[in-house]
Amino acid sequence: MANRKDPIPWIKAVVFPAALLPTLYFWFAALTGNLGANPIEALIRGHGDWALRFLLLTLAITPLRRLSQWGGIMRFRRMLGLFAFFYATVHLLGYLMLDQFFAWGAIMEDIVERPFITVGMAAFALLVPLAITSTRKMQRRLGGRRWLRLHRLVYPAAALAVLHFYLMVKADTREPLIYALLLAILLLMRLPPVARAITRKP
Amino acid sequence: MLIKRPNAIRPSEITPESVYRERRRFLKLGAAGAIGALALPAQAGLFGGSDEGPPGKPDFPGLKQSRFSVDEPATSWESVTTYNNFYEFGTGKEDPAENAHTLVTDPWSVAVAGEVEKPGNYAFEDLLKPHTLEERVYRMRCVEGWSMVIPWVGFPLADLIRRLGPTSRAQYVEFTTLHDPQQMPGQRRAVLDWPYVEALRIDEAMHPLTLMAVGLYGRELPNQNGAPLRLVVPWKYGFKSIKSIVRIRLTEKQPQNTWNEMAPHEYGFYANVNPAVSHPRWSQARERRIGEFLKRDTLPFNGYAEQVAHLYRGMDLKRFY
Repeated sequence: MANRKDPIPWIKAVVFPAALLPTLYFWFAALTGNLGANPIEALIRGHGDWALRFLLLTLAITPLRRLSQWGGIMRFRRMLGLFAFFYATVHLLGYLMLDQFFAWGAIMEDIVERPFITVGMAAFALLVPLAITSTRKMQRRLGGRRWLRLHRLVYPAAALAVLHFYLMVKADTREPLIYALLLAILLLMRLPPVARAITRKP
Repeated sequence: MLIKRPNAIRPSEITPESVYRERRRFLKLGAAGAIGALALPAQAGLFGGSDEGPPGKPDFPGLKQSRFSVDEPATSWESVTTYNNFYEFGTGKEDPAENAHTLVTDPWSVAVAGEVEKPGNYAFEDLLKPHTLEERVYRMRCVEGWSMVIPWVGFPLADLIRRLGPTSRAQYVEFTTLHDPQQMPGQRRAVLDWPYVEALRIDEAMHPLTLMAVGLYGRELPNQNGAPLRLVVPWKYGFKSIKSIVRIRLTEKQPQNTWNEMAPHEYGFYANVNPAVSHPRWSQARERRIGEFLKRDTLPFNGYAEQVAHLYRGMDLKRFY
């Protein structure tokens, strides 16, 4: 279809508010007493879940482009990545401000002694430079190749985020293992032979 | 066996239900003011709990009030009955309240076995009949770092064990939860090694604080809280307080409890509440009382040290966690 008008800004105008729905739901439910008996826990975990989901969605963009040959999809990658960072930030701030209420001693002890928190903090730390360099200006300043190399940090970040979830659960590892499987698929699709095989020829 | 009584608490000091309800409402109003009109909690907002009471009429009228009760505001009925760890009905906190309706608690019988003079199968009613039920408001501390205050209805386990006649070889008491994947959908997956088993040393079991509970808030136990019969050991982490018991066995050797078997470095046999010994994956120094915003310090033996610390005299609690 030869559409002279670019449809992507319109799609983005729908995707952007949709991506905010989870956080709006959690805050509204928490403040009105509809997030269960332990709303702080539910709020923190809910944002963690969505950080992971947006991270996987971000990583799904490139394989989807190869499968579909629709280059336009690449223009959603930054938005999704920044939403992953947004949910991860609220997840972390919720832990620091609501769960621990700035008890820095306890927080430091957690970071040093609890592997799942150490790993979660590391995942977040890897996302920070990616968010900072997400603007077009920073992309230009770094130069394409260096920027690309830096943004490969998203792979260890996603792996650590899944590990963080896996190490947190007590016995029922099904959910984190599902995320691990999805991440493994998304990473496999990037191996050169696989990437070549799934790329639709125009 | 010397048992220290908490003689500091007189029956007259125990807060009646109407008063602690009122106090909750007062506390909540203060919190609501703090965050404005948004805080009209249907259940529990970020800054305070609900004061919605249990439905219907009490099932146990004229309950005796126990002098072992603590004088702290009870966690709301809503929270106590919707935020549960009962993996037999799913691993999410809200799963048991949603799924436990499939549990059939009537008829119910309990097999008594092992080192007792009167083994056999006891109908739940017969097991209960000789006992006078009382209300005991206990703190409950979960190993995950949250806590509640729950008005249980029950009777001392010691009375039951005495009636069953333990032999001289009885050193431990083992409890087993129902194993029936038809009624307990969570058991269709091997999340834990079913059936759930817990155990106490005989002196722990005979301690006057150790309760067999059949109700809470003056009502029969909801299924998600372990109907019709559960254990309550208030100085130990919640997972020791096994639910929906179908078997009680007195043994000479220390039984293997489920969580200890699952992850021995994380969950011990004793599982006494101890702020000084961290769980490998989280600190036990503080806890969030459900319905409160700020965490509070966790007390040794969950605040029952005066009554129970002597049971563990000379033991290295870092080793026997």
